[in-house]
Amino acid sequence: MTSPADQGHVAAAGDVATLDPDEARAPAGRAVPWRRIAVITALIVVAVVLAYVRSGSGVVVVQAVATGVLIGGVYGLIAMGLTLIFGVLDIVNFAHGSFLALALFLTFGLAQAGLHPYLALAVSVPAMFLLGVLVQRGILAGAMGKPLENQLLITLGISLIIENALLLFFGANPRSVPLPGDRGVPIFEAVANLSRILAFVGALLLAGLLYLLLQRTRLGTAIRAVAANDTGAQLVGIDTRVIYAVTFALGTACAGAAGTLVAPLVTIEPTTGALFNIVAFVVVVLGGMGNVVGALVGGLVIGLAEQLGGIYLPGQSPLLSVFIVFVLVLFLRPQGLFGRSA
Amino acid sequence: MTATSAPPAPETAAGRPLPRLPWNRHLIAIAVLAVLLVPLPLILPPAQASVAVRVLIFALMSIGWNMMSGFGGMFSFGHAAYFGIGAYASAWLLVEHRVSPWIGILAGMVVAAAFAALIGFLALRYKLRGAYFALATFAFAEMLRLWATNSDFVNRAVGYHVPLRPEASWWWLQFEPSSPNYFWVALALTVVALVVSVLYLRSRAGQFTKAARDDEDAAAAVGIPVMRYKLLTMALSAAITAVAGAFYVQYFLFIDPDLAFGSSVSIQAILPAVIGGVATVWGPVIGAVVMGPLNDVTATMLRNPPAGLEFLQGRSGLDVIVYGTLLIIIVLVLPKGIYGTIRQRWFRR
Repeated sequence: MTSPADQGHVAAAGDVATLDPDEARAPAGRAVPWRRIAVITALIVVAVVLAYVRSGSGVVVVQAVATGVLIGGVYGLIAMGLTLIFGVLDIVNFAHGSFLALALFLTFGLAQAGLHPYLALAVSVPAMFLLGVLVQRGILAGAMGKPLENQLLITLGISLIIENALLLFFGANPRSVPLPGDRGVPIFEAVANLSRILAFVGALLLAGLLYLLLQRTRLGTAIRAVAANDTGAQLVGIDTRVIYAVTFALGTACAGAAGTLVAPLVTIEPTTGALFNIVAFVVVVLGGMGNVVGALVGGLVIGLAEQLGGIYLPGQSPLLSVFIVFVLVLFLRPQGLFGRSA
Repeated sequence: MTATSAPPAPETAAGRPLPRLPWNRHLIAIAVLAVLLVPLPLILPPAQASVAVRVLIFALMSIGWNMMSGFGGMFSFGHAAYFGIGAYASAWLLVEHRVSPWIGILAGMVVAAAFAALIGFLALRYKLRGAYFALATFAFAEMLRLWATNSDFVNRAVGYHVPLRPEASWWWLQFEPSSPNYFWVALALTVVALVVSVLYLRSRAGQFTKAARDDEDAAAAVGIPVMRYKLLTMALSAAITAVAGAFYVQYFLFIDPDLAFGSSVSIQAILPAVIGGVATVWGPVIGAVVMGPLNDVTATMLRNPPAGLEFLQGRSGLDVIVYGTLLIIIVLVLPKGIYGTIRQRWFRR
């Protein structure tokens, strides 16, 4: 896709895994933002301490932190896919959650057929990748470069179709995928299900793989080049159409993998995907649109916010605190935690 | 800058300005259509008449959305917030305080307009644009849904049932289920909304709003207080959609957080305008006429599925699949919508 001579040029475009074009134009060799990380860590510590003061129970807080971090890893994986699509294709993908729902039902079907839920990854990831290619080439390619609203409406249409096709064929009854040998694992004073821990570990592994793919392979370099400047990438011989399709497919594959990983944790309904979609948007904005590493960090932060929010606002849905964080971030730091102010 | 200077026409993809009708002709068309539609519920069988009422509710919601997102250029993905506020305000006043739905409609409009102005102020103050703006509106609608679901103040997830009255009453806006009065009320509300939007658009304020949509910096440079007119547009848009919500409660006699604030409600406000033609006076109405009956057709199909698909009997979701497909096709093939495309062809010389 790229000749060796282009590599140096492209590598300079973004040495951090940042896909946002504006970010990528920053001077090369930007150091790890230690100060930013310190501030975020401090804020989290304050939030945890306040939660302790509010609830007065250490166990409750430890449980919330453990649950939040574990699910946050999965949010991170989902959001990495979403932010990748945004960074490269400039599409706000409302269908992301519905791809996850599709993977949930796929996993459910395979588990019913007797397959171990985690082995379903071998099916759901390639299947979602393929579907991503088809959707991008078949539907979205016709709207590239059109106003943002058009793509938003198209992905909205796709999500309506997938979600309601699931409703039509499977009905609204909640389903579940039991994990063989699932049990509670003590973490300090708290307890976490083995399935939750495995989902976290799996999500981190896959996120790491995606990061390596983006940083260390020619394909990843090409993807980052297209994100930084698609005209420039085209000029050095990158087939942007292929990159668009592959990137979208990688994004949906992330959603597919996450769907399989969380299948043992959630009640499986056609609308389950929409919940994850909402959270993923929050995470993407928090991490900075197009910032892959930011998405992972944002996922952990939102996982914590959701669980700690349940302590701050008892009786309200944990999602409410996610939205409050979202709105605050939108207003106060729309460039995300790691973005530079405009 | 005077209102008499030619307004910048919305540009087509090719950069050629769209031709536009003089506003007076819109008003005449509205009047003619209204008169023609008055006998409709007397002709239609009752089942069809309820479809006609639904069409009008869709139209009303979408006229509101179109005001802000089409003419104002601020893409809202959270009009469920205003629909829900209208619905809940009138239901709450009626059930908890025995206040007439007519006053409830007005109250809903006021609260929705105030809420829209607040969101708008924050969004404009912090310069949210494009995807960020859409996501913020979405977040506010969802926050209202979550809050309503878990708050005793509005009866939690149970929502409200409108108490049935022994006899029909105009003051309480309640008639026989098959009464043509419902259609006439909805028609009157829709006509008023259309007239208000036409009058607003041809007014100074409306022209300023469109100028700000087409080029905010230029509009600000010639001295238009962009913020003020954007907020005004948002408030008006929210008030119109709130009317749809308030009427919805009185017609279907029931509301809960998902029916009021769910994201599908926001989508229902967007779809008619996109199908008919964004930023056109008639787009939402035409889109609503296309969308309204679809629901019925698919429901009939699912009641008696064709051979080979019997397992689909009693399932739901087909209507939304059709909406979604229609949405994608329209955006890809007719990005200006049905009315927008026809208008463009019509005036092509």
